[in-house]
Amino acid sequence: MSAKEQRIGEIIAEHHGREGPLLPILHDVQHEFGCVDAESEALIAKGLNLSRADVHGVVSFYHDFRPQADSRPVVQVCRAEACKARGVERIIGAAEKAAGTRVRVSTVYCLGLCSAGPAARVGDRLHARLDETSLVKVIENA
Amino acid sequence: MTIVRISDDALARALGADELAAAFANKGATVERVSSWGMHWLEPLVEIEGKGFGPATVDEVDAILAGSSEKAIGVIEQHPFIARQQRLTFARAGKTRPLSLEDYENTGGWAGLRRARQIGSEAIVEEVTQSGLRGRGGAGFPAGIKWRTVMNAPGEQKYIVCNADEGDSGTFADRMLIEGDPYALIEGMAIAGEAVGATRGYVYLRSEYPDAIRKLAAAIERSAAIVAPFVVEVRVGAGAYVCGEETSLLNSLEGKRGEVRAKPPLPALEGFLGRPTVVNNVLTLAAVPHILAEGGAGAYEQLGMARSKGTMPIQLAGNIKYGGLFETAFGITLRELVHEIGGGTESGRPVKAVQVGGPLGAYLHPDEFDIAFDYEAYTAADALIGHGGITVFDDTADMGAMARFAMEFCAAESCGKCTPCRIGAVRGVEVIDRIRAGGRKRDVIELAPVMHNAPKDEGRLPEQEIALLTDLCETMKFGSLCALGGFTPYPVMSALKHWPEDFTGKAVARTPEPAE
Repeated sequence: MSAKEQRIGEIIAEHHGREGPLLPILHDVQHEFGCVDAESEALIAKGLNLSRADVHGVVSFYHDFRPQADSRPVVQVCRAEACKARGVERIIGAAEKAAGTRVRVSTVYCLGLCSAGPAARVGDRLHARLDETSLVKVIENA
Repeated sequence: MTIVRISDDALARALGADELAAAFANKGATVERVSSWGMHWLEPLVEIEGKGFGPATVDEVDAILAGSSEKAIGVIEQHPFIARQQRLTFARAGKTRPLSLEDYENTGGWAGLRRARQIGSEAIVEEVTQSGLRGRGGAGFPAGIKWRTVMNAPGEQKYIVCNADEGDSGTFADRMLIEGDPYALIEGMAIAGEAVGATRGYVYLRSEYPDAIRKLAAAIERSAAIVAPFVVEVRVGAGAYVCGEETSLLNSLEGKRGEVRAKPPLPALEGFLGRPTVVNNVLTLAAVPHILAEGGAGAYEQLGMARSKGTMPIQLAGNIKYGGLFETAFGITLRELVHEIGGGTESGRPVKAVQVGGPLGAYLHPDEFDIAFDYEAYTAADALIGHGGITVFDDTADMGAMARFAMEFCAAESCGKCTPCRIGAVRGVEVIDRIRAGGRKRDVIELAPVMHNAPKDEGRLPEQEIALLTDLCETMKFGSLCALGGFTPYPVMSALKHWPEDFTGKAVARTPEPAE
């Protein structure tokens, strides 16, 4: 049994008693391995007595789960209405340029900081009232 | 020793409240981390003996301690923004430490639950019905009726599910409530459980709110003994906007794709795992402890107008000078909210449009600002209150681009179950693009001689494309299963109605801005 099989088995065992355990399991797997790949899907399907198609259907439905790990740091920038009203579209170009290929800039629809946008998230750290300079700085420090 | 109070709300932390708190601690002050007052333009706000200083920076610590800071705003509770409000759901905002059981108890916490346990389920449902409380998630369905349905439904195991999947842009009241007063939500859920005979509760909280997840989990652990035998559990969403729709949320909670279910059966009868389930928004449940306290239902019913009773935590967001949380009785006009309370746009430019009710809400023109905040009044004006978010745009906004974004957002977030939403949204983006490009020429294939049936005319004019868009919106509005496809036409059609020049005239004259 590989280390991955072992760990996924532990995660499944931890959540098995819950009502509707799949999402908590997927979150833990994503957190542990940075993705939920085909191998993990198969292991989870086996552990929960579901078909692989069922598990893949769920994994592919949600934006949070990724099929492949990406070792780059992620900066989530909110581009929903409230942040648009506060000018995020005017600074996103500079952000993407600063990110280059080193940082992954992804779009998120709303971090709940709508009165103080533009807003961004790196891990569990939030940033608000960003302008071009400060957003570029957030990306450079990511 | 000086006691300095600084919020530990996610918004304050995003603006450097943690660093500020550390700086005050370094100077020997005792720092208390409290909930946010909701005056977001002043965050991070420092409170010393009731007086406020904000927005404060680390450089100003000495000046603030010496009382000579220029950032002083006087006594916080007398600030016009706070003094004008009627805070019931957010009564503790700014005043208590979110996770302190002592603070919660001292401010009337658990009184509603204690009384609920004495009066029994029938009387609880009666009081909630009498208060006139309606679902604060958007649909505005009377909470008492929903609870009665679940109470009368047969079933061994029933559930209370709290919808905390606050995905609407321009809304943050759920986040602030969970981060600032988590026990109020837990108490509300326990009361609901007492009313309908449910022993388990789930809070479906979105993954974009890391602070709220952490705090609610801690609060549940600390209050477990108080609400027992009722058990609450946090479940974290996974980035799907549509899971804010209640049936989709239930599927997600069960570990399935977050696809919308057809109704009936109502979740009240066949909800989580096919069992009777109350699904309520955070603000609905958090309003309950106040209503169940002695005389609370009558007092709540006295507030508001017509069939919209009580108070609504309104969220002022977007390009607004004084943004934040403003809880007040129903009936306030948009003009008061945007101009008097909100102070107009932050950029200082004229207000062009206001979107009420999140991404699915209509764009209102300044000519419509006399509309009173009331569920029925908004419905009559082809708009919706939704979750009470107000997003202000200044005159640089391109409403054609915003309409396109509404369709694009719907296409990205559609669960895919029903055709009008899944395909209509994609077609909507294309039609809007064609309108903005000045219509559509016949393509090479259509003009080929073998295509006998294809018209060989000049193509479609923008007016014809607009007719197509109108027709598409009708189909989406009446043919979609849930509010995502059903309400996306509101922002699109309202933008088209009020700002047609953003779709046609200007779009031709200049290169269109990238819409995202």
